[in-house]
Order: sequence, then structure tokens, then C-alpha cells
Amino acid sequence: MLELQNISFGVTEENGTGSVNKEILNDISLTIRDNQFVVITGPNGGGKSTLAKIIAGIETPTSGRILLDGVDITDKNVTERAKAGISFAFQQPVRFKGIQVLDLIRLAAGNKRMSAADACKYLAEVGLCAKDYINREVNASLSGGELKRIEIATVLARSTRLTVFDEPEAGIDLWSFQNLIQVFEKMRAKINDSSIMIISHQERILEIADEIVVIREGSIAAHGTKDEILPALIGTPSAVEACKVLTDK
Amino acid sequence: MLQIKEIDEIQKRLLMEVADLHKVPEGAFNIRANGESAMRNTTANIDIVSKENGSGIDIKIKPGTKNESVHIPVVMSQSGLKEVVYNDFYIGEDSDVIIVAGCGIDNCGTQDSEHDGIHRFYVGKGARVKYVEKHYGSGDGTGKRLLNPGTEVYMEENSTMEMEMVQIKGVDSTKRDTKAELKEGARLVVHERLMTHGTQDAYSIYNVSLNGDGSSADVVSRSVARDQSFQKLDLCVTGNAACSGHTECDSIIMDQGRILAVPSLEANSTEAALVHEAAIGKIAGEQITKLMTLGLTEAEAEEQIINGFLK
Repeated sequence: MLELQNISFGVTEENGTGSVNKEILNDISLTIRDNQFVVITGPNGGGKSTLAKIIAGIETPTSGRILLDGVDITDKNVTERAKAGISFAFQQPVRFKGIQVLDLIRLAAGNKRMSAADACKYLAEVGLCAKDYINREVNASLSGGELKRIEIATVLARSTRLTVFDEPEAGIDLWSFQNLIQVFEKMRAKINDSSIMIISHQERILEIADEIVVIREGSIAAHGTKDEILPALIGTPSAVEACKVLTDK
Repeated sequence: MLQIKEIDEIQKRLLMEVADLHKVPEGAFNIRANGESAMRNTTANIDIVSKENGSGIDIKIKPGTKNESVHIPVVMSQSGLKEVVYNDFYIGEDSDVIIVAGCGIDNCGTQDSEHDGIHRFYVGKGARVKYVEKHYGSGDGTGKRLLNPGTEVYMEENSTMEMEMVQIKGVDSTKRDTKAELKEGARLVVHERLMTHGTQDAYSIYNVSLNGDGSSADVVSRSVARDQSFQKLDLCVTGNAACSGHTECDSIIMDQGRILAVPSLEANSTEAALVHEAAIGKIAGEQITKLMTLGLTEAEAEEQIINGFLK
């Protein structure tokens, strides 16, 4: 179980006349319970990715505490949080010259001697033909969709208490994403003594959520079960307003 | 097999580092230890003979020799030894061979140890050669470990040479000078991997002349400069015919390391297609972060990134 207690985060920006403090997240409190598939959604620039990075330890909150299974991990660094049981799938997966897919899966699993056959199982789970990819370098020769799948395979190989996905649909074409949804549906079905937090705007991801959290302008605008939140999201105020603008013209 | 003298444990370890030799290799070989020939073996197709003036060896590979290998490692464990060795390879037409060279120096003494190996390759028509050269230094003496390899490659029509040049550790100073001349249809592929640390310096110079129509060269150098080390990478391809050439220097700098990359192209024919690329930078922060999210420490992440980059 992950608990976020009163998390705030701000940055200092230069604006020509001096520096100003810009608030990205404001007093966020949220609990991700075990065996839950929680989708975080909301407008761009609302602070969703920042929240994911704060959970992974990549960003440090200005105030507030983070607890994993009751243990305060606020002051732990990225490595320590990974070891404590947090996995993080990047919105833009990182490329490495020379490091092969097999190397990355072995590093993720923490097992240098993991057989190629065992590593291939994770690639098969994300819909990649394992033999075509296992010895490929994780470099610029891979497409956005392929990198996304490999990124997901690495977090599957870790199999930790909490996995955070930052916009898995970003940077890949719609057709590739349609196939990826099945991967998440399978993950949802297999949740066992763990939880998944996923940042997404995709309706089909929202549809398989246990809970939906809407973050807008750095705060939680809504939080509830899928049935409570989803109907209100479809036909959002912003969509309606856009139509009104067009009608007025 | 002629066994001239026993080699010691340090030399055995150096042999493992530079030529992956855990035992006496199969096929033809010549092992040079502390300035003299220690072991040699020849085959029906590959002959190794000492030069009359004692300055090195001639390796003669008969035309049509297929799937054979030659190992010619050099190991030095005696401090203060300095030598210049000339090894000439005559590779017969249509042969297909692997040549493994390399030099390991262990210097525990106070005097500098230096090995300057000059390798000349005469690659016959249609021959295919894979050449692997590894350099390595060890020992905690104050004497320096110096290696200045010179490589000259003369390629006849439609021959192919693939060179893997590796220097990862322990060599205090190196000047690597490689020249190649290619005739019609010849193809040269070079993969260099270089890492310097401490106060080492390394100069790597390539001059490739594409003289024949249809010839091609791909020279790729990946290097890492750590601590206070310095590298100069000077990769030049000259196109004198309807040819294609590509050079690439890709480097990572760490600590106070410095790298000067000078890729250059010279086209003397309108039909020459030449490309160069160069990039120098520190390890991308997001690469370290990604590996840390997999549970590696920052230092472990750096090590994995460097290992992969130089693989």
C-alpha cells in the first residue's frame, strides 16, 4: 500500500524581473491500496507526471511524506525505493548504446544469469516476438512502440509491490496502443498482492480501472471508483466549452 | 609443436586478457614473452617464420586457406623492457582466416616497459580477414606501460577486412597509427574501443585511402575518457574513386577527462560518397536514472552504461 500525505512540489522560475515560485502540486493526499488498478488522469500540465516522479524518487517534494507499506520512504533515493518495491515505467523510455534487451531484463530482474528463455517470457507478455528482440540493442534502431513494450517488459521482470506507468500511450501510434491495451488488461487480471498506478488519458485504460483520480492544476479534483468518476469524465467540461466557443462564433 | 620456454603465471594471466587464451590455442600461433619467442606452432596452410634480422616474424597464409586462425599474442612481465617488433602478414587469395593479436604488459617495477608492434597486412584478392587486437596493462609499479601499435593494411581487389581494436585498461600511453589502402571492391570495417583512466593519454590516428571503384570503409570509434585522461581521435578517410566511406567517433567523458575528436574527409573524386559523425558528451542523466529505478546504485549504473557502450 502506498500513502501520499500532503505532497506539495514547486519550482523556482526566472521571469525577467526576478524569480517566482511556481506551484506544480498542492497538498496531494492519496492512498493506493493493494490489488488496485488506479488510473490517474486529468489535463496536461496538471502535475500527473511530477507526482509519478515523486513516487519513484526522481523528484523530491517540497513538503509531505510518502509511505510504502507503512514505512516512510520520503528520504530514500531512487535506488532505495526501487529496492523497497517501486517500479517506474518512463513516459519516454531511455535508449542505451550497446546494452541489449536481454541485459536490461536481467538488470531489472536482478538476476545476471537469467536464461535467455526466461527473459523471453517477459517479451512475449508484452507482445514482442522474443527471438527477434532479445539480442537487439536498446538504441535508436527501435521504434517508439517497440521501446514502450520493452520498457513494460523490464518493469514486469521486476515484479514489485507497486508499479507506476507514466502515460504508456505517449509517443506511439494509435494502432500500437490498441495492442498494448491487452497487455494492461492482462496485468489488471493478474494483480496479486501488488498494485498498479497508471497515468493515462485513454478511455480503454480508464475502463479497466478500479479507481480513477483526476488531477487538475496540482490538486485532486476527483477520486473514486470507475463507476463514480468515468461517466462525468466522458463529455468533460473542457470538451463542452470548446463546442460552445465554436457555436458562439 | 616447438616449445622454446615455459611461460609464467603473470604471463598466463596476460594471455587470457589479450587473447582469451586459457590454454594452448588450436591452429597456428606464436607467443612472444619478454622479448623472445616462447611458443610457436604452424599448420599445413599457415607458416610463421622469424625474420632473419630478428626484428619480428612473417606470417604466410596460403591461398584458399579457409576457417583457420592465427594467434600472435605478446606478453611482457619484465620491467624496463623496450622493443619494436615488425610482423608481416601475407594473406593468400580467397582465404578466410581469423587473426588474433594483442599485447599485455605487467609492470611492477620502476622502469618503463614499452612494446611497439608494427603490423603490416597484405590481403590478397578476394580474401576475408577478421583481425582482433587487444591491449592491456597491469601491475602497480611506478614504471609506465607504453604501447605504440602501427598497423598498415594493403587490400587487393574484392578483399574484406574486419578489425576489432580494443584497449580498455592499464596502458599509460599509446599512439595508435593505422593506415589502409583499398583497391577495387575492397571493404574495410573497423571497430575501435578505447578507455583511458588515471593520467593516461591515447592518440588514435586512422588514414584510410579508398583508391578503387566500389571500395568502402566504415571506421567506428567508441571511447571513454575517465579521471584526468586525454584522448585524441583523428579519423581520416580519403576517397579517390567511386567509393563510400563513413567514420564515426562516439565518446563519453567523465570526471576531468578530455577528448579531442578530429574526423576528417577528403574527396578527390566526384563519385566518392563520404560521411563523418562525431559526438562527445557525458553519460545522459536519464540513463543513470532509468537503471537506478531498476535498483542499481549510481556507480553500478555508470558501470553498466560504460560496459554496454564499449561492448
